[in-house]
Amino acid sequence: MTSVSMTVNGKAVSGEVEGRTLLSHFLREDLQLTGTHIGCDTSQCGACTVHVNGKSVKACTMFALEAEGAEVATIEGMANADGSLGVIQAAFQEHHGLQCGFCTPGMVMAAADLLAANSNPSEADIRGHLEGNICRCTGYHNIIKSIQAAAAQMG
Amino acid sequence: MPKDNGIGESPKRREDVRFLTGRGQYTDDMKLHGQCYAHFVRSDVAHGIIKSIDTSAAGKMPGVCAIFTGEDFVEVGGNPAGWLINNRDGTPMKEPKRPVLAHGKVRHVGDAYAAVIAETYEQAVDAAEAIEADIDEQDAIIDMAQALANSDHRVHDEIDDNCCFDWGWIEDNRAATDAAFEGAAHVTSLELVNNRLVPNAMEGRASIADYNPGTDHYTLYTTSQNPHLTRLLISAFVMGIAENKLTIIAPDIGGGFGSKIYHYGEEALVLAASKKLGRPVKWAATRSESFMTDAHGRDHVTKMELATDALGNFLAIRTATMANMGAYLSNFATATPTYLHGTVMAGNYTVPLVYVNVKAVFTNTAPVDAYRGAGRPEATFQLERVIDMCARELGMDPLELRRKNFIQPDQFPFTTAAGVEYDSGNFGALVDKLEEIGDLKGFAARKAESADRGLLRGLGINTYIEACGLAPSNLAGILGARVGLYDAATVRVNATGNISVMTGAHSHGQGHETVFPQIVADLLGIPAESVEIVHGDTSKIPFGMGTYGSRSLSVAGSAIVKATEKIISKATKIAAHMMEAAEADVTFEDGTFAVAGTDKSLQFGEVAFKAYVPHDFPHDELEPGLEETAFYDPANFTYPSGAYACEVEVDPDTGKVTVCSFAAADDVGNVINPMIVEGQIHGGLGQGIGQALVENCVYDENGQLLSGSYMDYTMPRADDLPSFTVDQTALTPCAHNPLGTKGAGEAGAIGSPPTVVNAVVDALSDLGVTHIDMPVSPSRVWSAIQAAK
Repeated sequence: MTSVSMTVNGKAVSGEVEGRTLLSHFLREDLQLTGTHIGCDTSQCGACTVHVNGKSVKACTMFALEAEGAEVATIEGMANADGSLGVIQAAFQEHHGLQCGFCTPGMVMAAADLLAANSNPSEADIRGHLEGNICRCTGYHNIIKSIQAAAAQMG
Repeated sequence: MPKDNGIGESPKRREDVRFLTGRGQYTDDMKLHGQCYAHFVRSDVAHGIIKSIDTSAAGKMPGVCAIFTGEDFVEVGGNPAGWLINNRDGTPMKEPKRPVLAHGKVRHVGDAYAAVIAETYEQAVDAAEAIEADIDEQDAIIDMAQALANSDHRVHDEIDDNCCFDWGWIEDNRAATDAAFEGAAHVTSLELVNNRLVPNAMEGRASIADYNPGTDHYTLYTTSQNPHLTRLLISAFVMGIAENKLTIIAPDIGGGFGSKIYHYGEEALVLAASKKLGRPVKWAATRSESFMTDAHGRDHVTKMELATDALGNFLAIRTATMANMGAYLSNFATATPTYLHGTVMAGNYTVPLVYVNVKAVFTNTAPVDAYRGAGRPEATFQLERVIDMCARELGMDPLELRRKNFIQPDQFPFTTAAGVEYDSGNFGALVDKLEEIGDLKGFAARKAESADRGLLRGLGINTYIEACGLAPSNLAGILGARVGLYDAATVRVNATGNISVMTGAHSHGQGHETVFPQIVADLLGIPAESVEIVHGDTSKIPFGMGTYGSRSLSVAGSAIVKATEKIISKATKIAAHMMEAAEADVTFEDGTFAVAGTDKSLQFGEVAFKAYVPHDFPHDELEPGLEETAFYDPANFTYPSGAYACEVEVDPDTGKVTVCSFAAADDVGNVINPMIVEGQIHGGLGQGIGQALVENCVYDENGQLLSGSYMDYTMPRADDLPSFTVDQTALTPCAHNPLGTKGAGEAGAIGSPPTVVNAVVDALSDLGVTHIDMPVSPSRVWSAIQAAK
């Protein structure tokens, strides 16, 4: 076991992990941040998408040790300081952009990543950006609408 | 008190807040004190004789608590089929035992033959690798026709062939149907495959068993669409644990689509392990395990025939299908290709004769069972493909051919040639709506514009009807169901006027926590916010058959209506006592009780409070409390219907199909929450278009699962699908349930696959292409184009 330290949602955290422990596993099992979901074992589904040093990353593609010293953001850190839903989260609720909720954390993190880089994405831009996030419930229609609405609101 | 967010409105979903903030509680998110971990050892061959399993080395590995093999469950019951199907000759189907862990033989890749329980997940996985199993591989039985032809080589040695049943519907129609084909002016015939699918709910299956030796009580947290049904199967058939010693909790569930209806061996295993160890035992499937062991969907091979007169009037429909059961019978497997399939083979049409033959086949593949739509997508696909082909052969417009044969609005209730009575519908109105929202008149111009870009544009049309709202218990019983298919609800009005509703339905994406309060609020004239839904816990809910077959609102919702009506009746008695009036003189409207002809009135909340503070109740006439339970058993199936249009562009150089637009006009009956109904339709369309375009589960001739991960099994992604144009206003209410609802959960997945394929064939029809099997992948389309040249 090896010590690892990082900042998650603005808070310094540390733990003891095996070399093979994935970041996704560390977040869920050691930090109890279970909003980051595991939907596959081949890094395809995107349910575990988080931000590492400001970039969108599938947390199952990194070992926890690789995140040593990193700034990590998860779905648990996306609400406003007063606990109310952030703009993207609120848009997903307003436009029914989620059903079972399992892919949703990854979708929100991917959307935040897109909107940080492109404040006015086209429908094709959004669909292209979500290529690594699978949803089985919505047919994506309302996810696209939610992200468009969030983009409009964020200006 | 004002109504708020009642029937017909679209309040925001209350469940979203926890899902959007990472506070959902899915089974794998739970960690019970002292829990250990189960890992299953699964067959890597499709068919083999288990000669020996040596667990001695594994048992000495660090952290190992226990190891189980099939030997440990020899005395335990099998996981049963829920429907008994009889053969054409009246004899019953064959039901080989489905054990908790494979014993004697492994029968598909992924079939579990041992399980290791260890302190950590990693230790369980490591120890599993030290188990030495001597498995003598046998030739795999994969192809259905070969499986039927060769009785010497069997999936189950204890039965005499690989045919589970040979079913005819309706057998008495067979001779007349054959005669109609003999005399018909025109016969269209089509052989097709309904491709095998993997359900792929984004959350894999997971279970945690927690046995308490102090109370001899088991609690099972599990990914179930129907916790009471799971309890019934475990109690009555598999393990014999009394129902009052077994609590099933299905917490937040990340999608089901049918795959989480069924009881699986992993649930029994963790229960047995928790009992043995006196500790909680957890298992969560990897995606690879989900691919290998979740009940798959579809997998039919069909010969479909349609007989018409020279003018295109339908005379008879005849189908012959081989339906794959996989290696074991999953709980609804035998109902899916029979009563959920043959009964809707008349479609939206007045066709006088229908005969359906289905042979169900055991193979060395994962069990196949109901997957979103369940039997009805297979029926709709073959019917609507053959009608499209018939229209081309007769030189008729496909939409007009359908219109010509529609059941007319004044013909309802209409008993079809497939033996069910449709209560309501207006298929012409749906087609009219489709023409409007899909701008079908503009297609020719769009086709020309596509041609300018070197692309072949096609328009696909489809109409469908399905049977859902499962199901009238008396009819289901006649059809072979071993359970009733009613549902139940308790409405508990608490002392301060807020309400808890315990429902037998389970929400795993459908939004029950938002929609069901709308119904209660509307009936009671109170804010929806004061109503909470309790679901997914057998210790809190009277009973319930769960959520599948688009049944939650129509069946469980109707139970809530019935229970709420009982509440109003009881509260009216209390109000009459409080206002010193005769019960018959008390009215109830918009949350207010009043005495006719006086200014006396009471709010609902005042009456609720009195029910729990009954200082002056005449106890021989009036019971304290305000809580009512109702069971609702529907009088018939519900029959949603719809008309769909899809436009595709095909690149003739590459075979790539792009879905340009998709329009769906659905009659789902009355709509309680339009936002959620639209979302259900969208999701169904996504899955149906996925089946048509990209999804395919493939086993090779040795039974190896070639599409066992997201790198090999294509899931529809955001950039594979268009935005949809949907409409639910051309509606006819269900005639026999109190809400007038029909169901929306499966419609999109039923109606969309033939729509897409019809569009692709339309695009290629000038080249002479008449059919392409799903998925209409670039290689298949390109090959069809080359073959037609």
